[in-house]
Amino acid sequence: MPDGAPRGPEEDRIEAAVRAVLGSLAGDLTAKEAALLAELEALGRTIARAKAEIAALAVDDITGAHIPSATDELDAIVEHTAQATNEILDCCETLERLEAEVPAAAAAVLQGAVTRIYEACSFQDITGQRIGKVVAALKAIEQRVEAAVANASGRGAPPPPPAAPRTEGEALANGPQLPGEATSQEEIDRLLASFD
Amino acid sequence: MDRNINVLIVDDYRTMLRIIRNLLKQLDFNNVDEATDGQEALAKLRAGNFGLIISDWNMAPMTGLDLLKEVRADARLRHIPFIMVTAESKTENVIAAKQAGVSNYIVKPFNAETLRDKIEKVLVHA
Repeated sequence: MPDGAPRGPEEDRIEAAVRAVLGSLAGDLTAKEAALLAELEALGRTIARAKAEIAALAVDDITGAHIPSATDELDAIVEHTAQATNEILDCCETLERLEAEVPAAAAAVLQGAVTRIYEACSFQDITGQRIGKVVAALKAIEQRVEAAVANASGRGAPPPPPAAPRTEGEALANGPQLPGEATSQEEIDRLLASFD
Repeated sequence: MDRNINVLIVDDYRTMLRIIRNLLKQLDFNNVDEATDGQEALAKLRAGNFGLIISDWNMAPMTGLDLLKEVRADARLRHIPFIMVTAESKTENVIAAKQAGVSNYIVKPFNAETLRDKIEKVLVHA
């Protein structure tokens, strides 16, 4: 709220409290104490303004439209890639059925190519999990925004935080790592071998 | 190596189930069943006769690690080789899986040769 803007009840309450303190100390205040009280009053006004600004956020747009729309779009991406991947897999299976009808050398080439397509199609799983992590992050932001606004406006209790993992398997389920951060198959093989 | 064993593959992505099933078919493993989470897998394992489990980690309501622990705690199932195939590639994940009794660990994305290599290793030692 800019200086000179209408004052709210919160600011009036703070000023009244500060004046009451000043009144009770009348005549006893040193210059340093008076300066401190003035700073306290300014701090109280800053907090009151911040709370008013948070309460005035168009949070309903964020939690009611923007984030649900973003998560719907991301869900649609997962669905469409799944559909496309299944189409590709249908074609691969058709090609594999043809292997019995072509010469052995051609069948081997065909199977090699189909295998590479199968390997490549695992992108749908990995991208799906990555998108799932983004959706979870968006939902966490939505909850934090709701909680901040509920606190600032006194609009009742904020939503509860997400449930904690119940098992070791859940606690360690982080999804795919970013390129460069993931452990390679060779490193995993070495790690497993170190247990033997 | 007996390729007539029943194999259970567990993954919450149906495309991944289909990919692994087709790769197993190329390796002449034709007796393949599927589950989409640990709970469903455990029910199938207790009702059936499986010789190999290939499981993802990140699934709900039961993760692959929790399925592995249940399998290793069950006297009827504990002998079944268990390969984790997952995008969870942190060292702490591999260590937790090893401590829980995983037979081998494949990180996604993987290739067919890695899958064949790990299956052969665990079935030879089974």
